[in-house]
Amino acid sequence: MSAHLSYGRVNLNILREAARKELREFLDKCAGSKAIVWDEYLTGPFGLIAQYSLLKEHEVEKMFTLKGGRLPAADVKNIIFFVRPRLELMDIIAENISEKNGRPPQMHSPRDFHILFVPRRSMLCEQRLKEQGVLGSFINIDEYILDLIPYDGDLLSMESEGAFRECYLESDQTSLYHTAKGLMTLQALYGTIPQIFGKGECARHVANMMLRMKREFAGSQTQILPVFDSLLLLDRNIDLLTPLATQLTYEGLIDEVYGITNGYAKLPPEKFAAQKKQGEVGKDLPTEPKKMQLNSAEELYAEIRDKNFNAIGAALSKKAKIISAAFEERHNAKTVGEIKQFVSQLPHMQAARSSLANHTSIAELIKDITTSEAFFDNLTVEQEFMTGVDTDKVNTYIEDCIAQKDPLIKILRLVCMQSVCNNGLKQKILDYYKREILQTYGYEHMLTLNNLEKTGLLKPQTSTRNNYPTIRKTLKLWMEDANEQNPNDISYVYSGYAPLSIRLTQVLARPGWRSIEEVLKMLPGPHFEERQQLPAGLHKKRQQGENRTTLVFFLGGVTYAEVAALRFLSQMEDGGTEYIIATTKLINGTSWIKSLMDRPEAP
Amino acid sequence: MWREHKHVFSISNVFKLKESKRAVNSIRSLVEEEDEEDDVEKVSWSGEPVGSISWSVKETESSIRSTGEVRDQSFPKIHTAPSLPKNSSGYSLSSLFKEHSEKLLTSLILYLLDCRWSVHDDVILLWQDYVSDWTPEETVKRMQQGKVYSLEKFRSLQDKLLLLDEAVNAHDGNVITAVLIYLKKSLSKEILFRELITREIALRHYIHYLKEIGEQKLLVELFKDHLNVRDENKRRDFLKNCLSFPFSPDDATHVQDHYTLLERQIIIEANDKQVESSGQADIFKKYPRKASILNMPIITTLYYSCFYHYGESDGTFSSPANIRKTFRISDKQFLLTCLGARAKLKAWFDVDALFTTKNWLGYTKKRSPIGFHRIVDILQKNNAPVQVLQDYVNLVEDVEQKISLAQKYKCHDVIINTYRDLKDRQQLIVYRGKVERSSSEYRKIEEILSNSVRLWGEVSPRYRSRICFPSSKLNLNH
Repeated sequence: MSAHLSYGRVNLNILREAARKELREFLDKCAGSKAIVWDEYLTGPFGLIAQYSLLKEHEVEKMFTLKGGRLPAADVKNIIFFVRPRLELMDIIAENISEKNGRPPQMHSPRDFHILFVPRRSMLCEQRLKEQGVLGSFINIDEYILDLIPYDGDLLSMESEGAFRECYLESDQTSLYHTAKGLMTLQALYGTIPQIFGKGECARHVANMMLRMKREFAGSQTQILPVFDSLLLLDRNIDLLTPLATQLTYEGLIDEVYGITNGYAKLPPEKFAAQKKQGEVGKDLPTEPKKMQLNSAEELYAEIRDKNFNAIGAALSKKAKIISAAFEERHNAKTVGEIKQFVSQLPHMQAARSSLANHTSIAELIKDITTSEAFFDNLTVEQEFMTGVDTDKVNTYIEDCIAQKDPLIKILRLVCMQSVCNNGLKQKILDYYKREILQTYGYEHMLTLNNLEKTGLLKPQTSTRNNYPTIRKTLKLWMEDANEQNPNDISYVYSGYAPLSIRLTQVLARPGWRSIEEVLKMLPGPHFEERQQLPAGLHKKRQQGENRTTLVFFLGGVTYAEVAALRFLSQMEDGGTEYIIATTKLINGTSWIKSLMDRPEAP
Repeated sequence: MWREHKHVFSISNVFKLKESKRAVNSIRSLVEEEDEEDDVEKVSWSGEPVGSISWSVKETESSIRSTGEVRDQSFPKIHTAPSLPKNSSGYSLSSLFKEHSEKLLTSLILYLLDCRWSVHDDVILLWQDYVSDWTPEETVKRMQQGKVYSLEKFRSLQDKLLLLDEAVNAHDGNVITAVLIYLKKSLSKEILFRELITREIALRHYIHYLKEIGEQKLLVELFKDHLNVRDENKRRDFLKNCLSFPFSPDDATHVQDHYTLLERQIIIEANDKQVESSGQADIFKKYPRKASILNMPIITTLYYSCFYHYGESDGTFSSPANIRKTFRISDKQFLLTCLGARAKLKAWFDVDALFTTKNWLGYTKKRSPIGFHRIVDILQKNNAPVQVLQDYVNLVEDVEQKISLAQKYKCHDVIINTYRDLKDRQQLIVYRGKVERSSSEYRKIEEILSNSVRLWGEVSPRYRSRICFPSSKLNLNH
């Protein structure tokens, strides 16, 4: 299930194995049969680390979802709660195990209770359990540090949704501490990273924490040859534009349209029904969305996910030809040996065929959307903004969308984009948008607008001139002739727009940031370079033509399109650098804006 | 979430420790006759550090020193029932002095201090035991009388709220503020806000206090809490309180509008509910209301008003004109909303009137702040009949757009007339092939075509109904 993690430049399976080992050790601490009660939120991230089989091997017989009331009956020796450190969950746990809940008399032998806090244990939670009078019932209270989760062969995520909001809106930097911790774990497994670059306030904090932690652990130097040559820390708020734009890669569009959580997408079932039940016509169409895991373990997906959506049709039909050709081979198989060989390849071929069928269905679903007028109009406005057309006027398309009461998030994405591309909106225009939004969607969104202003996504223009055009020109953020089929530049991921964050990464590798000092000064926060001393004898001797390996860490989230752009750079023949990507969370414009909204619970 | 609570936790957990440490420190500082400020728990009420033991002791001390005796007025009720010593050690002072008066106790502490004895922990315990007997009522009374008191003993949320309610009952702004300051320090803001929402007087004091000390950030946080108020009347009252917040000017306008809107909605809702149930108005019988108008956005409210209260005089709260004026709704938004509502009701006459302007000569002309092509779309979405639609298709200025709309919505007359005016014989012939032979359209085209050839003259440039796609780079044909 995890082989795809070890194909890449850096074997991320080591990290996964380390996480699994720790999990096993904890499970073995609780001797005997077990039942796990899950904080539902955690099942996603844990799924990236371990399957049920691992738990089963360690005598986990039952699994429940944490909810109020009494625990369901389970004839096991241990009950283990896997929870995030949240007070409301503590109350549920207390309710679960409280004696007051009157156990039925036929209850089995006394059970041992354990808690595993993910990712950190909290004194406050323990205090709460104590107040509820149940703290004493727990034999083990432990923490399971799950900072960086291997998401794919070249991708690590902390799966921490609130990181951007906490860092940039609430000035709560706990997630930065977790980031630094995660990076220390990474260095313990893959060796000290000799060079650290960064841009932004949060990047500075993380680098400082890392350096301090290293001093504190000075005694326990790891004797591992460094795998990474450098680390680049980037604040999300140096590039607020990129996530606002609609991603146009295959994977990016799946995320934009259906959302990918913890590596899974939920797709409408209609298109997938037919192929399973041929003959049975529309009798019992599945109503449950189809859940699909999307990662590089699937050969076809790994091949096409980073392509521009316009190149998907061609790629899929090419693949279809190859597969049917492979099936046709059977006619050529004459000897028993040849037939045997063909049969042995059959499972692989069948898997390839069903994978092709799935992705053809997904591509069709997405095509319906990308060919719609609404999608076109929206994209046109986005592209106008990104190229600097009329960003200082009230946009009629946005006006129309408000009048039609289109989803608020769509409106906010566009207004924020206009503001970012204009380095703030004229007060009059900003006020106009705000009034229209509040009048149409309700005054409660005042707070959301406030939040967007606090994070700089929406702002009134100050006296300083609009520096976005300068940034755009210097970093070549807009490429007129982006080639979608056979790209030669990262701008293909947004069909013309080259993500600023990735341009910075690209320039850092060659020719270096010194060439763009002026632009760096226009972006918020400091930029810096630090070096970490390596123990003698661990200095890497680079072979002629060997690529450097750089870990790029996006603090506050990264989009699939940005990931695709970095993968594109890794694969460039004369690139000279391969990238491993890490982030607090994989985001898109919608999930990002949503995390910044303040809304009352559904009335 | 859990991080937010850390604050509360650190206070309640460290409370005991800090409290006793502070007590020791302050007593020690007295001994050394220093006026050291205590930085742990500072209650600044009228600029004085109050509530701490150091203050209390000093206060009593000075009164003893100056008058030679403690004023003998309204001592708190003291338990006369013997209580068990809390400390099991033999020389527990707390049990011993439980029944003694404040005077004795204070003198004793002072005596101990004067003698420069090392102060035993039990003395502090004794003090705590002593003050912990005061009910909220007694504490508030003592505060009003300017006597020694301690708020720290109110630990649980319930106790704190009892204390607050008692303070509010006393109507003494000073006392209420002092209690609020204590609650602000010892409760997380979420919990405090939640409780304040239901306590209007306390809330008003709190807002005033925050304004005085310039804590705008907290004010906005507090405002955020209005989202949690369910009952519309309470919500309105809460918003009213928020009106005085020092918001930025434009935010202040929004809050004012928000309040005005809710106020109106409450009035309209009550009225319409009554009218609907009494069955007096046809409109409600014909189109029963699907949901209450409370807490809906302005545009929704305007739509509702255009639907149920069209034609009311400007003076009524529920009339579209009044809502438009009060909330400064833009012309476009007003027109679109009105149009949507009237079209839904198939009130085509009203729709017509929306666009009609009369000049001083009495000629009428159709005008719109929005392109007529959008008007056509909206009307079509509301199932307007072709007769109505074609009037508006005709008003579209761009010829290509006009033809493409007319084709989309099958307004044959518009198409035929347009081609005729363009003198595009060829297109007319093409179009003739598309309509039924027996239809009036067919006859009309025939008629035009067979008309004098002179009418046609040269063949005009062809107008193709191109669909204008944006100059986007996306070409999604595989």
